[in-house]
Amino acid sequence: MKRLWRWLIPLAALPVLALLAYGFRVSPRDIPSPLLGRPAPGWALTTLEGAPLSLGAHRGKVVVLNFWASWCYPACYEEAPVLERNWRGYRDRGVVVVGVDIQDKQEAAEKFVRDLGLTFPIARDLKGTVSVDYGVYGVPETFFLDRQGRIRVKHVGAVTDDVFRATVDRLLAEAGSP
Amino acid sequence: MSRARVRFAASLLLLGATVSALTAQPAKPVSEEIVHEVAAQLRCVVCQNLSVADSPSEMASQMRAIIRERLAAGESPADVQRYFVDRYGEWILLAPPRRGFNLLVWLLPFVAVGVGLAITAALVWRWTRRRRGVRPPPPAVDPAMSERIRREVQSGR
Repeated sequence: MKRLWRWLIPLAALPVLALLAYGFRVSPRDIPSPLLGRPAPGWALTTLEGAPLSLGAHRGKVVVLNFWASWCYPACYEEAPVLERNWRGYRDRGVVVVGVDIQDKQEAAEKFVRDLGLTFPIARDLKGTVSVDYGVYGVPETFFLDRQGRIRVKHVGAVTDDVFRATVDRLLAEAGSP
Repeated sequence: MSRARVRFAASLLLLGATVSALTAQPAKPVSEEIVHEVAAQLRCVVCQNLSVADSPSEMASQMRAIIRERLAAGESPADVQRYFVDRYGEWILLAPPRRGFNLLVWLLPFVAVGVGLAITAALVWRWTRRRRGVRPPPPAVDPAMSERIRREVQSGR
């Protein structure tokens, strides 16, 4: 009996240690999106210049939907040139980059676009409805949509050339009418 | 019917459906209390451990507006909550729902308190019993010594 007790107490600590070992290894920021594989929610917004812009206008293309804000430093400033570069490189191959500016001021957003020389279409989500529709919880977040309009990849944090090319090339290689 | 006509008829139908959907559910007044109730159960996504109801952030205020809009459109509080869970996963809920694996979170604290109380009770019982059982017998007193103590107490020294 005494011998059993001597072993029981350290044994009881084992599950707790195992739980802690697991808990400290996973990042609490990695929250899987329930939207993966599902049709991307449609939206119709206006651009920074006030022109209408909708997701439906790009049906049949691979869409890179990037949520950003001018106050999101440094990640948004790091990825903007990557998005611009790849938008120029892929636009003739059935790929479109669309920016969605969230929780931002018009002047600050205009300055961001001007300073970084962005030419891809950018919409403003003034009421936050599109952000919530996509389950966005911070910036930058980027969604890669396949030609069928399904959300296939969600990337949290700045997009790099490697991530952009690998993901878009994979989605382009899939069968589907361009 | 030509293709253009079919398309025209379809768009008319769609328009009709949209109009009737809009008129069938007029925006009903929503009390701030219900908005608060729904918002209090949702995690503010840009905060640390704050609900959408408590956070002053712009994101939370936009979320409260979305809650208000959806309730006004005739959705129930449960519908609104489902909408957010649909987009963000169960992570958006401040309290995990009481089912499946989540039950562990709800039950484990009570189990831990119960086990702790049982162990404490068992140990206290064992310690007190040992002390009672192992009480040493009264020491033998030397008769000469007790005689001397009696004498000195009586003499008042």
